[in-house]
Amino acid sequence: MSALTKSAGSRKNRTFPEWLRSRDGQRVLVMIAFLVVPLVLLMVFTYIPFAEMVKYSFYNMKYVGNRKFVGFKNYIKVFSRDDCFGALKLSLYYMGGSVVQLSLALYLATILSFKVKGGNIFKGFMFFPFLINGIAIGFIFKFFYTRGFVFDTVLQWVGFNLDSLPYWLKDRSINNISLVGTSVWRYFGQNMVLFIGAIMSVDSELYEAAMLDGANKFQQFKYIIMPSIKTIFVLNVILSISGSLSAFEPPYVITDGANGTGTYFVVMHEIAHTQQKVGLASAMAVVLLMIIFIVTVLQKLFFKYVFKDGTE
Amino acid sequence: MSVKEKIIKYVLIVLKYFSLVFFSFVALLPVVSCVITAFKTDEEYQSTNVMVLPQSWLNFDNFINAFNKAGMGRAFINSTIILICVLLFSTLIGTQLAYVLNRFEFFGNKLIRNMFLFASMLPGVAMQISVYEIMYKLHFINSLPGYIVMMCGTDVISIYIYIQFFENIDGSLDESAIVDGASFFTIFYKILLPLLKPAIVTSCILKGVGTYNEYYCANLYLQDKTRLATVATSLYTFVGPLGSKYNLICAGVIISLLPALIVFITCQKQIYSGLTSGAVKG
Repeated sequence: MSALTKSAGSRKNRTFPEWLRSRDGQRVLVMIAFLVVPLVLLMVFTYIPFAEMVKYSFYNMKYVGNRKFVGFKNYIKVFSRDDCFGALKLSLYYMGGSVVQLSLALYLATILSFKVKGGNIFKGFMFFPFLINGIAIGFIFKFFYTRGFVFDTVLQWVGFNLDSLPYWLKDRSINNISLVGTSVWRYFGQNMVLFIGAIMSVDSELYEAAMLDGANKFQQFKYIIMPSIKTIFVLNVILSISGSLSAFEPPYVITDGANGTGTYFVVMHEIAHTQQKVGLASAMAVVLLMIIFIVTVLQKLFFKYVFKDGTE
Repeated sequence: MSVKEKIIKYVLIVLKYFSLVFFSFVALLPVVSCVITAFKTDEEYQSTNVMVLPQSWLNFDNFINAFNKAGMGRAFINSTIILICVLLFSTLIGTQLAYVLNRFEFFGNKLIRNMFLFASMLPGVAMQISVYEIMYKLHFINSLPGYIVMMCGTDVISIYIYIQFFENIDGSLDESAIVDGASFFTIFYKILLPLLKPAIVTSCILKGVGTYNEYYCANLYLQDKTRLATVATSLYTFVGPLGSKYNLICAGVIISLLPALIVFITCQKQIYSGLTSGAVKG
Protein backbone atom coordinates (compact mmCIF):
# COMPACT_ATOMS: atom_id res chain seq x y z
CA MET A 1 0.00 0.00 0.00
CA SER A 2 2.63 2.45 1.12
CA ALA A 3 4.65 2.50 -2.07
CA LEU A 4 1.79 3.49 -4.32
CA THR A 5 0.18 6.08 -2.08
CA LYS A 6 3.46 7.68 -1.08
CA SER A 7 4.60 8.02 -4.65
CA ALA A 8 1.28 9.48 -5.69
CA GLY A 9 1.54 12.10 -2.94
CA SER A 10 5.05 13.23 -3.70
CA ARG A 11 4.57 13.30 -7.42
CA LYS A 12 3.02 16.78 -7.26
CA ASN A 13 6.22 18.66 -6.61
CA ARG A 14 8.51 16.53 -8.79
CA THR A 15 8.75 16.01 -12.53
CA PHE A 16 8.25 12.44 -13.73
CA PRO A 17 11.93 11.68 -14.55
CA GLU A 18 12.91 13.02 -11.15
CA TRP A 19 10.35 10.82 -9.46
CA LEU A 20 11.57 7.85 -11.47
CA ARG A 21 15.06 8.33 -10.11
CA SER A 22 13.86 8.71 -6.53
CA ARG A 23 13.69 5.84 -4.07
CA ASP A 24 9.92 5.58 -4.50
CA GLY A 25 10.18 5.54 -8.25
CA GLN A 26 12.83 2.84 -8.13
CA ARG A 27 10.61 0.81 -5.87
CA VAL A 28 7.71 0.88 -8.29
CA LEU A 29 10.05 0.21 -11.19
CA VAL A 30 11.59 -2.87 -9.63
CA MET A 31 8.19 -4.16 -8.61
CA ILE A 32 6.86 -3.82 -12.14
CA ALA A 33 10.00 -5.35 -13.66
CA PHE A 34 9.91 -8.35 -11.35
CA LEU A 35 6.18 -8.98 -11.28
CA VAL A 36 5.16 -8.59 -14.92
CA VAL A 37 6.51 -11.87 -16.31
CA PRO A 38 5.32 -14.24 -13.58
CA LEU A 39 1.91 -12.61 -13.44
CA VAL A 40 1.47 -12.68 -17.21
CA LEU A 41 2.39 -16.37 -17.21
CA LEU A 42 0.00 -17.03 -14.37
CA MET A 43 -2.78 -15.26 -16.25
CA VAL A 44 -2.12 -16.86 -19.62
CA PHE A 45 -1.69 -20.43 -18.43
CA THR A 46 -3.94 -20.57 -15.39
CA TYR A 47 -6.56 -17.89 -14.95
CA ILE A 48 -7.54 -17.18 -18.56
CA PRO A 49 -7.84 -20.92 -19.30
CA PHE A 50 -9.81 -21.30 -16.11
CA ALA A 51 -12.28 -18.58 -17.15
CA GLU A 52 -12.44 -20.01 -20.67
CA MET A 53 -13.14 -23.45 -19.29
CA VAL A 54 -16.11 -22.16 -17.29
CA LYS A 55 -17.35 -20.43 -20.45
CA TYR A 56 -16.86 -23.53 -22.65
CA SER A 57 -18.89 -25.61 -20.25
CA PHE A 58 -22.03 -23.78 -21.47
CA TYR A 59 -21.32 -24.45 -25.14
CA ASN A 60 -21.60 -27.40 -27.48
CA MET A 61 -18.27 -27.06 -29.27
CA LYS A 62 -15.08 -28.56 -30.66
CA TYR A 63 -11.68 -26.89 -30.66
CA VAL A 64 -12.27 -25.75 -34.22
CA GLY A 65 -15.57 -24.77 -35.82
CA ASN A 66 -18.95 -23.50 -34.69
CA ARG A 67 -20.01 -23.27 -31.09
CA LYS A 68 -23.57 -23.34 -29.87
CA PHE A 69 -24.75 -22.01 -26.51
CA VAL A 70 -26.59 -24.81 -24.71
CA GLY A 71 -26.96 -23.46 -21.16
CA PHE A 72 -26.73 -26.10 -18.46
CA LYS A 73 -27.16 -29.06 -20.82
CA ASN A 74 -23.54 -30.16 -20.45
CA TYR A 75 -23.88 -30.18 -16.68
CA ILE A 76 -27.04 -32.27 -16.87
CA LYS A 77 -25.15 -34.70 -19.12
CA VAL A 78 -22.28 -34.95 -16.65
CA PHE A 79 -24.67 -36.20 -14.00
CA SER A 80 -26.78 -38.40 -16.26
CA ARG A 81 -24.22 -40.10 -18.50
CA ASP A 82 -22.93 -43.33 -17.00
CA ASP A 83 -19.38 -42.91 -18.15
CA CYS A 84 -19.02 -39.46 -16.55
CA PHE A 85 -20.38 -39.32 -13.06
CA GLY A 86 -20.29 -43.08 -12.58
CA ALA A 87 -16.53 -42.92 -13.01
CA LEU A 88 -16.30 -40.91 -9.80
CA LYS A 89 -17.19 -44.07 -7.87
CA LEU A 90 -13.77 -45.41 -8.79
CA SER A 91 -12.21 -42.69 -6.70
CA LEU A 92 -13.38 -44.63 -3.62
CA TYR A 93 -10.73 -47.22 -4.50
CA TYR A 94 -8.14 -44.49 -4.65
CA MET A 95 -9.30 -43.06 -1.33
CA GLY A 96 -8.93 -46.49 0.23
CA GLY A 97 -5.47 -46.62 -1.29
CA SER A 98 -4.50 -43.31 0.20
CA VAL A 99 -5.55 -44.45 3.67
CA VAL A 100 -3.22 -47.45 3.27
CA GLN A 101 -0.53 -45.20 1.84
CA LEU A 102 -0.66 -42.64 4.65
CA SER A 103 -0.71 -45.19 7.47
CA LEU A 104 2.14 -47.13 5.90
CA ALA A 105 4.12 -43.93 5.45
CA LEU A 106 3.50 -42.89 9.03
CA TYR A 107 4.46 -46.31 10.38
CA LEU A 108 7.72 -46.43 8.41
CA ALA A 109 8.53 -42.79 9.18
CA THR A 110 8.17 -43.48 12.89
CA ILE A 111 10.52 -46.46 12.65
CA LEU A 112 13.08 -44.53 10.62
CA SER A 113 13.04 -41.55 12.98
CA PHE A 114 14.66 -43.58 15.71
CA LYS A 115 18.08 -45.13 15.45
CA VAL A 116 18.06 -47.75 12.72
CA LYS A 117 21.02 -49.47 11.09
CA GLY A 118 21.12 -48.56 7.39
CA GLY A 119 18.16 -46.24 7.82
CA ASN A 120 19.21 -43.96 5.00
CA ILE A 121 19.50 -46.83 2.56
CA PHE A 122 16.04 -48.14 3.40
CA LYS A 123 14.68 -44.61 3.08
CA GLY A 124 16.30 -44.20 -0.31
CA PHE A 125 14.95 -47.52 -1.59
CA MET A 126 11.42 -46.69 -0.58
CA PHE A 127 11.56 -43.12 -1.85
CA PHE A 128 13.02 -43.82 -5.28
CA PRO A 129 9.76 -44.86 -7.03
CA PHE A 130 8.60 -41.25 -6.62
CA LEU A 131 11.31 -40.13 -9.07
CA ILE A 132 10.36 -42.43 -11.94
CA ASN A 133 8.46 -40.89 -14.82
CA GLY A 134 4.84 -41.87 -15.30
CA ILE A 135 5.23 -43.57 -18.66
CA ALA A 136 8.05 -45.74 -17.35
CA ILE A 137 5.83 -46.68 -14.41
CA GLY A 138 3.13 -47.64 -16.89
CA PHE A 139 5.45 -50.06 -18.67
CA ILE A 140 6.97 -51.37 -15.46
CA PHE A 141 3.56 -52.33 -14.10
CA LYS A 142 2.15 -53.70 -17.33
CA PHE A 143 5.13 -56.03 -17.19
CA PHE A 144 4.79 -56.60 -13.45
CA TYR A 145 1.14 -57.68 -13.64
CA THR A 146 1.28 -59.70 -16.87
CA ARG A 147 0.07 -63.29 -16.46
CA GLY A 148 2.88 -65.47 -15.20
CA PHE A 149 5.32 -62.58 -14.89
CA VAL A 150 6.80 -60.80 -11.90
CA PHE A 151 3.90 -60.58 -9.45
CA ASP A 152 2.59 -64.06 -10.21
CA THR A 153 6.08 -65.52 -9.89
CA VAL A 154 6.62 -63.97 -6.48
CA LEU A 155 3.22 -65.17 -5.31
CA GLN A 156 4.12 -68.65 -6.51
CA TRP A 157 7.31 -68.49 -4.44
CA VAL A 158 5.22 -68.07 -1.32
CA GLY A 159 2.95 -70.93 -2.23
CA PHE A 160 0.12 -69.66 -4.40
CA ASN A 161 -1.02 -71.69 -7.37
CA LEU A 162 -0.95 -69.82 -10.70
CA ASP A 163 -4.38 -71.17 -11.66
CA SER A 164 -5.98 -69.68 -8.59
CA LEU A 165 -4.61 -66.19 -9.34
CA PRO A 166 -6.72 -63.65 -11.25
CA TYR A 167 -5.70 -61.61 -14.29
CA TRP A 168 -4.60 -58.53 -12.36
CA LEU A 169 -5.39 -55.96 -15.04
CA LYS A 170 -8.33 -57.61 -16.81
CA ASP A 171 -10.42 -59.07 -14.03
CA ARG A 172 -12.97 -56.39 -13.17
CA SER A 173 -13.20 -57.47 -9.56
CA ILE A 174 -9.54 -56.74 -8.89
CA ASN A 175 -8.03 -54.54 -11.59
CA ASN A 176 -8.82 -51.25 -9.89
CA ILE A 177 -7.13 -52.47 -6.75
CA SER A 178 -4.07 -53.45 -8.80
CA LEU A 179 -3.94 -49.93 -10.23
CA VAL A 180 -4.37 -48.31 -6.82
CA GLY A 181 -1.49 -50.50 -5.67
CA THR A 182 0.81 -48.86 -8.21
CA SER A 183 -0.17 -45.46 -6.93
CA VAL A 184 0.52 -46.48 -3.33
CA TRP A 185 3.84 -47.94 -4.48
CA ARG A 186 4.78 -44.67 -6.13
CA TYR A 187 3.88 -42.28 -3.34
CA PHE A 188 4.26 -43.98 0.05
CA GLY A 189 7.99 -43.24 0.13
CA GLN A 190 7.42 -39.58 -0.62
CA ASN A 191 4.78 -39.31 2.14
CA MET A 192 7.20 -41.07 4.45
CA VAL A 193 9.94 -38.53 3.74
CA LEU A 194 7.52 -35.70 4.51
CA PHE A 195 6.57 -37.32 7.81
CA ILE A 196 10.22 -37.93 8.72
CA GLY A 197 10.93 -34.26 8.04
CA ALA A 198 8.14 -33.22 10.39
CA ILE A 199 9.15 -35.67 13.11
CA MET A 200 12.79 -34.57 12.91
CA SER A 201 11.78 -30.96 13.44
CA VAL A 202 10.81 -31.87 17.01
CA ASP A 203 13.37 -30.88 19.61
CA SER A 204 15.27 -34.06 20.49
CA GLU A 205 15.33 -32.98 24.16
CA LEU A 206 11.62 -33.75 24.25
CA TYR A 207 12.29 -37.41 23.52
CA GLU A 208 15.06 -37.55 26.12
CA ALA A 209 12.82 -35.99 28.73
CA ALA A 210 10.03 -38.40 27.85
CA MET A 211 12.46 -41.31 28.08
CA LEU A 212 13.58 -40.16 31.55
CA ASP A 213 9.97 -39.94 32.62
CA GLY A 214 9.58 -43.57 31.56
CA ALA A 215 7.37 -43.04 28.52
CA ASN A 216 7.34 -46.01 26.17
CA LYS A 217 7.57 -45.86 22.39
CA PHE A 218 3.81 -45.85 21.94
CA GLN A 219 3.36 -42.99 24.40
CA GLN A 220 6.13 -41.08 22.66
CA PHE A 221 4.32 -41.58 19.39
CA LYS A 222 1.00 -40.42 20.78
CA TYR A 223 2.13 -37.42 22.81
CA ILE A 224 5.19 -36.15 20.96
CA ILE A 225 5.16 -37.36 17.36
CA MET A 226 1.46 -37.06 16.58
CA PRO A 227 1.06 -33.43 17.73
CA SER A 228 4.19 -32.38 15.90
CA ILE A 229 3.15 -33.77 12.55
CA LYS A 230 -0.48 -32.70 12.79
CA THR A 231 -0.17 -29.92 10.25
CA ILE A 232 1.59 -32.00 7.65
CA PHE A 233 -0.74 -34.91 8.32
CA VAL A 234 -3.83 -32.78 7.71
CA LEU A 235 -2.21 -31.39 4.58
CA ASN A 236 -1.51 -34.91 3.33
CA VAL A 237 -5.07 -36.04 4.01
CA ILE A 238 -6.44 -33.09 2.06
CA LEU A 239 -4.01 -33.67 -0.79
CA SER A 240 -4.78 -37.36 -0.95
CA ILE A 241 -8.56 -36.89 -1.02
CA SER A 242 -8.40 -34.34 -3.83
CA GLY A 243 -5.79 -36.60 -5.41
CA SER A 244 -8.17 -39.58 -5.26
CA LEU A 245 -10.94 -37.59 -6.90
CA SER A 246 -8.62 -36.58 -9.72
CA ALA A 247 -6.84 -39.95 -10.05
CA PHE A 248 -5.51 -40.14 -13.55
CA GLU A 249 -2.07 -41.58 -14.11
CA PRO A 250 -2.31 -45.27 -13.22
CA PRO A 251 -5.25 -46.07 -15.53
CA TYR A 252 -4.03 -43.64 -18.20
CA VAL A 253 -0.61 -45.21 -18.56
CA ILE A 254 -1.30 -48.82 -17.60
CA THR A 255 -4.73 -49.86 -18.87
CA ASP A 256 -5.80 -46.82 -20.90
CA GLY A 257 -9.08 -46.94 -18.99
CA ALA A 258 -10.06 -50.35 -20.41
CA ASN A 259 -12.12 -52.98 -18.53
CA GLY A 260 -13.84 -50.56 -16.20
CA THR A 261 -10.74 -48.77 -14.94
CA GLY A 262 -11.53 -45.39 -16.53
CA THR A 263 -11.50 -42.87 -13.70
CA TYR A 264 -13.26 -39.52 -14.05
CA PHE A 265 -10.17 -37.79 -15.45
CA VAL A 266 -9.41 -40.57 -17.91
CA VAL A 267 -12.96 -40.30 -19.24
CA MET A 268 -12.62 -36.51 -19.33
CA HIS A 269 -9.33 -36.69 -21.21
CA GLU A 270 -10.90 -39.06 -23.73
CA ILE A 271 -13.96 -36.83 -24.20
CA ALA A 272 -11.86 -33.68 -24.59
CA HIS A 273 -8.98 -34.82 -26.76
CA THR A 274 -10.26 -37.86 -28.64
CA GLN A 275 -13.96 -37.16 -29.08
CA GLN A 276 -13.32 -33.39 -28.99
CA LYS A 277 -16.50 -32.68 -27.02
CA VAL A 278 -14.80 -29.73 -25.38
CA GLY A 279 -17.94 -28.30 -23.80
CA LEU A 280 -18.87 -31.51 -22.02
CA ALA A 281 -15.29 -32.10 -20.86
CA SER A 282 -15.12 -28.56 -19.50
CA ALA A 283 -18.33 -29.09 -17.57
CA MET A 284 -16.81 -32.26 -16.11
CA ALA A 285 -13.74 -30.35 -15.06
CA VAL A 286 -15.78 -27.57 -13.45
CA VAL A 287 -17.94 -30.07 -11.54
CA LEU A 288 -14.86 -31.83 -10.21
CA LEU A 289 -13.15 -28.58 -9.24
CA MET A 290 -16.24 -27.59 -7.29
CA ILE A 291 -16.31 -30.95 -5.50
CA ILE A 292 -12.63 -30.66 -4.63
CA PHE A 293 -13.15 -27.13 -3.41
CA ILE A 294 -16.07 -28.11 -1.18
CA VAL A 295 -14.21 -31.13 0.20
CA THR A 296 -11.19 -28.97 1.01
CA VAL A 297 -13.27 -26.37 2.85
CA LEU A 298 -15.20 -29.06 4.75
CA GLN A 299 -11.98 -30.75 5.79
CA LYS A 300 -10.43 -27.53 6.98
CA LEU A 301 -13.54 -26.81 9.06
CA PHE A 302 -13.57 -30.37 10.36
CA PHE A 303 -9.96 -30.31 11.47
CA LYS A 304 -10.33 -26.85 12.93
CA TYR A 305 -13.21 -28.20 15.00
CA VAL A 306 -11.43 -31.39 16.03
CA PHE A 307 -8.08 -29.83 16.85
CA LYS A 308 -9.34 -26.67 18.49
CA ASP A 309 -5.90 -25.12 18.81
CA GLY A 310 -6.04 -24.48 15.10
CA THR A 311 -4.10 -26.09 12.29
CA GLU A 312 -4.26 -23.33 9.71
CA MET B 1 15.13 -55.86 32.76
CA SER B 2 12.82 -58.80 33.20
CA VAL B 3 12.69 -61.69 30.75
CA LYS B 4 9.33 -60.58 29.48
CA GLU B 5 10.58 -57.07 28.73
CA LYS B 6 13.59 -58.51 26.96
CA ILE B 7 11.43 -60.68 24.75
CA ILE B 8 9.20 -57.72 23.85
CA LYS B 9 12.27 -55.68 23.01
CA TYR B 10 13.65 -58.29 20.64
CA VAL B 11 10.29 -58.90 19.01
CA LEU B 12 10.03 -55.18 18.35
CA ILE B 13 13.50 -55.06 16.83
CA VAL B 14 12.76 -58.03 14.58
CA LEU B 15 9.44 -56.48 13.57
CA LYS B 16 11.16 -53.18 12.82
CA TYR B 17 13.78 -54.63 10.49
CA PHE B 18 11.33 -57.04 8.95
CA SER B 19 9.07 -54.10 8.02
CA LEU B 20 11.95 -52.14 6.53
CA VAL B 21 13.31 -55.05 4.52
CA PHE B 22 9.86 -56.09 3.35
CA PHE B 23 8.79 -52.67 2.13
CA SER B 24 12.16 -51.96 0.56
CA PHE B 25 11.70 -55.23 -1.31
CA VAL B 26 8.22 -54.12 -2.41
CA ALA B 27 9.60 -50.78 -3.57
CA LEU B 28 12.49 -52.34 -5.49
CA LEU B 29 10.92 -55.48 -6.93
CA PRO B 30 9.20 -53.91 -9.98
CA VAL B 31 12.34 -51.99 -10.94
CA VAL B 32 14.74 -54.87 -10.29
CA SER B 33 12.65 -57.29 -12.36
CA CYS B 34 12.90 -54.75 -15.19
CA VAL B 35 16.68 -54.63 -14.87
CA ILE B 36 16.89 -58.43 -14.97
CA THR B 37 14.77 -58.62 -18.10
CA ALA B 38 16.64 -55.82 -19.85
CA PHE B 39 19.78 -57.95 -19.95
CA LYS B 40 18.14 -60.98 -21.56
CA THR B 41 18.42 -61.95 -25.21
CA ASP B 42 15.18 -62.51 -27.16
CA GLU B 43 15.56 -66.24 -26.88
CA GLU B 44 16.31 -66.17 -23.19
CA TYR B 45 13.37 -63.84 -22.56
CA GLN B 46 10.99 -66.26 -24.25
CA SER B 47 12.30 -69.43 -22.65
CA THR B 48 12.97 -68.41 -19.03
CA ASN B 49 10.83 -67.11 -16.22
CA VAL B 50 11.04 -63.33 -15.74
CA MET B 51 12.67 -63.67 -12.35
CA VAL B 52 15.46 -65.99 -13.54
CA LEU B 53 18.72 -64.03 -13.72
CA PRO B 54 20.14 -63.38 -17.20
CA GLN B 55 23.05 -65.46 -18.48
CA SER B 56 25.20 -62.42 -19.00
CA TRP B 57 25.11 -59.07 -17.21
CA LEU B 58 27.14 -57.62 -20.08
CA ASN B 59 24.53 -58.08 -22.77
CA PHE B 60 23.84 -54.44 -23.65
CA ASP B 61 22.18 -55.20 -27.00
CA ASN B 62 18.71 -54.36 -25.73
CA PHE B 63 19.88 -51.01 -24.44
CA ILE B 64 21.50 -50.08 -27.74
CA ASN B 65 18.45 -51.32 -29.65
CA ALA B 66 15.97 -49.50 -27.46
CA PHE B 67 18.04 -46.31 -27.58
CA ASN B 68 18.04 -46.35 -31.38
CA LYS B 69 14.47 -47.54 -31.96
CA ALA B 70 12.98 -44.91 -29.64
CA GLY B 71 15.23 -42.17 -30.99
CA MET B 72 16.49 -41.49 -27.51
CA GLY B 73 19.52 -39.58 -28.71
CA ARG B 74 17.30 -36.84 -30.10
CA ALA B 75 15.07 -37.16 -27.03
CA PHE B 76 17.96 -36.61 -24.62
CA ILE B 77 19.01 -33.50 -26.54
CA ASN B 78 15.45 -32.13 -26.44
CA SER B 79 15.04 -32.92 -22.76
CA THR B 80 18.36 -31.25 -21.96
CA ILE B 81 17.40 -28.10 -23.86
CA ILE B 82 14.02 -28.00 -22.13
CA LEU B 83 15.59 -28.63 -18.74
CA ILE B 84 18.23 -25.90 -19.04
CA CYS B 85 15.82 -23.27 -20.35
CA VAL B 86 13.05 -24.05 -17.87
CA LEU B 87 15.42 -24.08 -14.90
CA LEU B 88 17.17 -20.81 -15.86
CA PHE B 89 14.00 -18.97 -16.67
CA SER B 90 11.87 -20.23 -13.81
CA THR B 91 14.65 -19.65 -11.28
CA LEU B 92 14.99 -16.07 -12.47
CA ILE B 93 11.30 -15.19 -12.38
CA GLY B 94 10.68 -17.27 -9.27
CA THR B 95 13.37 -15.56 -7.19
CA GLN B 96 12.36 -12.13 -8.46
CA LEU B 97 8.73 -12.72 -7.61
CA ALA B 98 9.63 -14.04 -4.17
CA TYR B 99 11.88 -11.00 -3.58
CA VAL B 100 9.10 -8.52 -4.33
CA LEU B 101 6.50 -10.47 -2.34
CA ASN B 102 8.76 -10.82 0.67
CA ARG B 103 10.51 -7.44 0.79
CA PHE B 104 7.87 -4.98 -0.40
CA GLU B 105 4.59 -4.23 1.28
CA PHE B 106 2.09 -3.08 -1.26
CA PHE B 107 -1.55 -3.28 -2.10
CA GLY B 108 -2.20 -6.68 -3.65
CA ASN B 109 0.74 -8.54 -2.09
CA LYS B 110 -1.55 -10.92 -0.24
CA LEU B 111 -3.79 -11.22 -3.29
CA ILE B 112 -0.91 -12.31 -5.52
CA ARG B 113 0.18 -14.91 -2.97
CA ASN B 114 -3.33 -16.29 -2.81
CA MET B 115 -3.61 -16.34 -6.57
CA PHE B 116 -0.56 -18.58 -6.79
CA LEU B 117 -1.85 -20.77 -3.97
CA PHE B 118 -5.24 -21.19 -5.63
CA ALA B 119 -3.58 -21.95 -8.95
CA SER B 120 -1.66 -24.82 -7.35
CA MET B 121 -4.96 -26.42 -6.34
CA LEU B 122 -6.26 -26.68 -9.91
CA PRO B 123 -5.50 -30.13 -11.32
CA GLY B 124 -3.29 -29.85 -14.38
CA VAL B 125 -5.01 -32.49 -16.51
CA ALA B 126 -8.34 -30.68 -16.27
CA MET B 127 -6.80 -27.33 -17.06
CA GLN B 128 -5.23 -28.60 -20.28
CA ILE B 129 -8.68 -28.73 -21.90
CA SER B 130 -8.64 -24.97 -22.24
CA VAL B 131 -4.89 -24.38 -22.11
CA TYR B 132 -4.82 -26.40 -25.33
CA GLU B 133 -6.91 -23.73 -27.05
CA ILE B 134 -4.54 -21.01 -25.82
CA MET B 135 -1.48 -22.95 -26.92
CA TYR B 136 -3.14 -23.34 -30.30
CA LYS B 137 -3.81 -19.62 -30.66
CA LEU B 138 -0.25 -18.76 -29.62
CA HIS B 139 1.11 -21.26 -32.21
CA PHE B 140 2.79 -23.08 -29.34
CA ILE B 141 1.76 -26.56 -30.45
CA ASN B 142 4.69 -28.53 -31.85
CA SER B 143 7.04 -25.80 -30.71
CA LEU B 144 9.83 -26.45 -28.24
CA PRO B 145 9.99 -22.79 -27.09
CA GLY B 146 6.21 -22.80 -26.63
CA TYR B 147 6.36 -25.87 -24.42
CA ILE B 148 9.22 -24.34 -22.44
CA VAL B 149 7.29 -21.11 -21.80
CA MET B 150 4.29 -23.10 -20.62
CA MET B 151 6.41 -25.17 -18.26
CA CYS B 152 7.85 -22.00 -16.71
CA GLY B 153 4.38 -20.61 -16.22
CA THR B 154 3.03 -23.39 -14.07
CA ASP B 155 5.53 -23.33 -11.24
CA VAL B 156 4.33 -22.67 -7.70
CA ILE B 157 6.25 -24.74 -5.17
CA SER B 158 9.63 -23.18 -5.82
CA ILE B 159 8.15 -19.73 -5.22
CA TYR B 160 7.25 -20.92 -1.74
CA ILE B 161 10.72 -22.28 -1.15
CA TYR B 162 12.22 -18.91 -2.13
CA ILE B 163 9.81 -16.83 -0.04
CA GLN B 164 10.57 -19.00 2.94
CA PHE B 165 14.29 -18.52 2.39
CA PHE B 166 13.98 -14.75 2.03
CA GLU B 167 12.18 -14.66 5.38
CA ASN B 168 15.36 -15.99 6.97
CA ILE B 169 17.61 -13.35 5.41
CA ASP B 170 17.74 -10.33 7.69
CA GLY B 171 16.17 -7.21 6.18
CA SER B 172 18.87 -5.02 7.76
CA LEU B 173 21.18 -6.32 5.04
CA ASP B 174 19.06 -4.56 2.42
CA GLU B 175 18.77 -1.44 4.59
CA SER B 176 22.52 -0.98 4.91
CA ALA B 177 22.95 -1.50 1.17
CA ILE B 178 20.33 1.17 0.51
CA VAL B 179 22.17 3.57 2.82
CA ASP B 180 25.31 2.86 0.77
CA GLY B 181 23.37 3.96 -2.30
CA ALA B 182 22.74 0.60 -3.95
CA SER B 183 19.69 0.28 -6.18
CA PHE B 184 17.09 -2.43 -5.66
CA PHE B 185 18.39 -4.26 -8.71
CA THR B 186 21.93 -4.26 -7.31
CA ILE B 187 20.68 -5.49 -3.95
CA PHE B 188 18.82 -8.33 -5.59
CA TYR B 189 21.48 -9.47 -8.05
CA LYS B 190 24.64 -8.76 -6.08
CA ILE B 191 23.63 -9.42 -2.50
CA LEU B 192 20.51 -11.55 -2.19
CA LEU B 193 20.75 -13.87 -5.18
CA PRO B 194 24.14 -15.32 -4.12
CA LEU B 195 22.79 -15.87 -0.60
CA LEU B 196 19.84 -17.71 -2.07
CA LYS B 197 22.04 -20.39 -3.60
CA PRO B 198 21.01 -23.30 -1.35
CA ALA B 199 17.32 -22.59 -2.00
CA ILE B 200 17.97 -22.32 -5.73
CA VAL B 201 19.80 -25.65 -5.78
CA THR B 202 17.00 -27.33 -3.84
CA SER B 203 14.18 -26.04 -5.99
CA CYS B 204 16.11 -26.64 -9.21
CA ILE B 205 16.53 -30.30 -8.33
CA LEU B 206 12.82 -30.69 -7.58
CA LYS B 207 11.73 -28.71 -10.59
CA GLY B 208 14.34 -30.47 -12.72
CA VAL B 209 13.12 -33.94 -11.84
CA GLY B 210 9.54 -32.82 -12.41
CA THR B 211 10.34 -31.30 -15.79
CA TYR B 212 12.37 -34.29 -16.91
CA ASN B 213 9.56 -36.67 -15.97
CA GLU B 214 6.71 -34.57 -17.37
CA TYR B 215 4.94 -36.39 -20.17
CA TYR B 216 1.25 -35.47 -20.25
CA CYS B 217 1.75 -31.97 -21.67
CA ALA B 218 4.78 -33.05 -23.66
CA ASN B 219 2.63 -35.69 -25.33
CA LEU B 220 -0.21 -33.22 -25.91
CA TYR B 221 1.79 -30.27 -27.20
CA LEU B 222 4.90 -31.83 -28.76
CA GLN B 223 3.02 -34.07 -31.15
CA ASP B 224 5.78 -34.49 -33.72
CA LYS B 225 7.42 -37.47 -32.05
CA THR B 226 10.31 -37.86 -34.48
CA ARG B 227 11.57 -34.31 -34.03
CA LEU B 228 10.27 -33.17 -30.65
CA ALA B 229 10.13 -36.21 -28.38
CA THR B 230 11.39 -35.84 -24.82
CA VAL B 231 12.88 -38.79 -22.97
CA ALA B 232 9.54 -39.52 -21.31
CA THR B 233 7.49 -39.33 -24.50
CA SER B 234 10.06 -41.27 -26.54
CA LEU B 235 8.97 -44.31 -24.54
CA TYR B 236 5.64 -44.16 -26.39
CA THR B 237 7.49 -45.81 -29.28
CA PHE B 238 7.05 -49.06 -27.42
CA VAL B 239 3.27 -48.85 -27.42
CA GLY B 240 1.94 -50.93 -30.31
CA PRO B 241 3.79 -53.56 -32.34
CA LEU B 242 6.74 -53.63 -29.96
CA GLY B 243 4.38 -53.86 -26.98
CA SER B 244 5.27 -57.41 -25.99
CA LYS B 245 9.05 -57.30 -26.41
CA TYR B 246 9.58 -56.56 -22.76
CA ASN B 247 13.32 -57.12 -22.80
CA LEU B 248 13.56 -54.17 -25.19
CA ILE B 249 10.95 -52.08 -23.34
CA CYS B 250 12.60 -52.66 -19.97
CA ALA B 251 15.92 -51.53 -21.40
CA GLY B 252 14.26 -48.32 -22.62
CA VAL B 253 12.63 -47.77 -19.25
CA ILE B 254 15.93 -48.24 -17.44
CA ILE B 255 17.69 -45.78 -19.75
CA SER B 256 14.95 -43.22 -19.12
CA LEU B 257 15.26 -43.42 -15.36
CA LEU B 258 19.06 -43.37 -15.16
CA PRO B 259 19.35 -39.55 -15.01
CA ALA B 260 16.83 -39.39 -12.16
CA LEU B 261 18.73 -42.14 -10.36
CA ILE B 262 22.04 -40.31 -10.71
CA VAL B 263 20.54 -37.03 -9.45
CA PHE B 264 18.94 -38.92 -6.58
CA ILE B 265 22.17 -40.61 -5.50
CA THR B 266 24.17 -37.39 -5.64
CA CYS B 267 21.58 -34.98 -4.20
CA GLN B 268 19.52 -37.04 -1.75
CA LYS B 269 19.73 -34.48 1.04
CA GLN B 270 18.55 -31.57 -1.09
CA ILE B 271 15.66 -33.57 -2.49
CA TYR B 272 14.42 -34.55 0.96
CA SER B 273 14.80 -31.06 2.40
CA GLY B 274 13.26 -29.45 -0.65
CA LEU B 275 10.22 -31.68 -0.46
CA THR B 276 9.77 -31.04 3.22
CA SER B 277 10.12 -27.27 3.08
CA GLY B 278 7.91 -27.01 0.01
CA ALA B 279 5.21 -29.09 1.64
CA VAL B 280 5.21 -27.40 5.03
CA LYS B 281 4.78 -24.01 3.44
CA GLY B 282 2.33 -25.05 0.77
